[in-house]
Amino acid sequence: MIGFAWLQSRTQTLVAAGALAVVAVVTAITGPHLVHVYDTSVAVCQAHDDCPAATNGFLRIDHTLSNWLNVLVVTVPGILGIFWGAPLAARELETGTYRLAWTQSISRTRWLAVKLGLVGLASMVTAGLLSLAVTWWSSPIDRVSATAFASFAQRDIVPLGYAAFAFALGATAGLIIRRSLPAMASTMVVFVLVRLAFDEDVRPHLISPVVKKFALSFGGFGIHNGGPPTVQPNLPNLPGAWVTSIQMVNRAGQALTTRIVEAACPNLNLPPALGSGPGTGRGTAPVGGNPLEACATKLAPIYHEVVTYQPANRYWAFQWYELAIYLAAAIVLGGLCVWWIRHRLS
Amino acid sequence: MTAVLEATGLGKRYGRRWALQDCNFAVPEGKVVGLVGPNGAGKTTLLHLAVELLAPTTGSISMLGHPAGDHPSQLSRVGFVAQETPIYSQLSVAKHLRMGALLNPNWDADMAENRIRQLGLDPRQRAGSLSAGQRAQLALTLATAKRPELLLLDEPVASLDPLARREFLQELMEVVAKHEVSVVLSSHLVADLERVCDFLVVLVASRVELAGDVSELLASHRRLSGPRREAGSLPAGQDVIAESHTDRQSTFLVRTDEPVLDPAWTVAPVSLEDLVLAYMSKARDGQPARRTQLEVLR
Repeated sequence: MIGFAWLQSRTQTLVAAGALAVVAVVTAITGPHLVHVYDTSVAVCQAHDDCPAATNGFLRIDHTLSNWLNVLVVTVPGILGIFWGAPLAARELETGTYRLAWTQSISRTRWLAVKLGLVGLASMVTAGLLSLAVTWWSSPIDRVSATAFASFAQRDIVPLGYAAFAFALGATAGLIIRRSLPAMASTMVVFVLVRLAFDEDVRPHLISPVVKKFALSFGGFGIHNGGPPTVQPNLPNLPGAWVTSIQMVNRAGQALTTRIVEAACPNLNLPPALGSGPGTGRGTAPVGGNPLEACATKLAPIYHEVVTYQPANRYWAFQWYELAIYLAAAIVLGGLCVWWIRHRLS
Repeated sequence: MTAVLEATGLGKRYGRRWALQDCNFAVPEGKVVGLVGPNGAGKTTLLHLAVELLAPTTGSISMLGHPAGDHPSQLSRVGFVAQETPIYSQLSVAKHLRMGALLNPNWDADMAENRIRQLGLDPRQRAGSLSAGQRAQLALTLATAKRPELLLLDEPVASLDPLARREFLQELMEVVAKHEVSVVLSSHLVADLERVCDFLVVLVASRVELAGDVSELLASHRRLSGPRREAGSLPAGQDVIAESHTDRQSTFLVRTDEPVLDPAWTVAPVSLEDLVLAYMSKARDGQPARRTQLEVLR
């Protein structure tokens, strides 16, 4: 049966291997240059005292390639689910070849188990190798990044979990819907929704975040959707942490509003509304340090910052948890496939 | 005598529709069985139940002495050619043989390759580009190189032109003669089966209307024609299967185990096709069921 599974999936395996080879060549050619630029500019910037400039210059190199590689790691698991998972059973069912495959000398349960196992493994290997190449290639860029959590889903081991899940999802959809195209479409929709919902609502709560008080410090002004300018808090020094929220509150938990700031520091000239100032968008516009700092010092006895965050050292725990959850979901779906082919397709 | 295929109270329901119900028959070893019935009568359902592509709703079907699903290696003893002879259109002929070798423990590689050579098929050709006749032959090769004890073929010649039809059935008969394999083949045309079958199962509207040895069936049915009479006036031993009347004359197709002695009748034998058509129209017209009495096999 293993031989037959290989016979049937040889073309798709070779296509995947070819695509991986292209990625390997591209990263192998451009990677060393990236490391070299990092070593000669960013790594020694402190000696020249030009770190912001060096970092900006460094990030401009291979910017497009970096984006493409990240997109690739994000999409490939879904693509494998759509093109390998969904047609796995659906194509046999819609073309009628299941009547040929399942009446040879092996049971259809075994047929399904071997195909799920082998093609699923191939999906994971493909996504894993891709992630390995991109993680290696991006490592100088990631060292400059504020937090490793920023590229969490495109690095290390979680893409394996996504690939296993997307594949099992596709196989299940194909078996239940029995037609390739609708199965492929629903695989795509469900996979994207699950990924988005997980990123948004599940990942931040996998480990309960650290909530900590810090002294009040202003980083500048921000303008929110064209509203009036507001004072923005300064991010405390938490290297590599994934900060999910910063609130400026007093002991009773009441938020520090712009009106309070204006009342407390009348000499603080907030820039006029609607983006005529230098700081449009949410970014902060550094203002000549003193008035802001003085204002923060004035308000500090009453107000403080409450920061919710995941420390940098939890990165691998998060990777493993997320991988485990997606793998478990894939195994459950695989079990559903076996149950379905035994009890519902007869 | 063991039955190669035996149905007991077999039924299959899809939702609220019965595709097959109350099906009882047994096929003895070494026969070429014709499974005849109009489209939608349940022939495919019956064959799919036999090879476990479907599970029965009621009753059971057993093959080669084992109930379906009972014995894991059962599938290796049966060769199945499904309707429209499905094949992998992307794979070459040679890869199909490779598939057979990989999936079947008793695979006869020499036989398969010889047959492909005799048929004049190019092993490198993609199966999707074969003609319907070649496709059917490839499917038959796959099923027979398994070296099964029983071959099940679902409408194998339906899509073939008359010449390919004849060739296919000839090939099939050669296989049967050479390897002593029992065969069940379904068709909605009796003419296809007449030349090759020695056992007949007639399926109409999800029920078995007739099952028996062809020579016994032909021997026990007679066409009687003579002066006009009502069906009720025939002696008790003569079951009327079909009747037709003109002003002066009546013609009956009757089933009887005794000789017809009434000198008023002209007695003639019936052809297999007439016999099957008579049972089909009788079932369609919904006359009183005499189905269970019609079983030949005990």
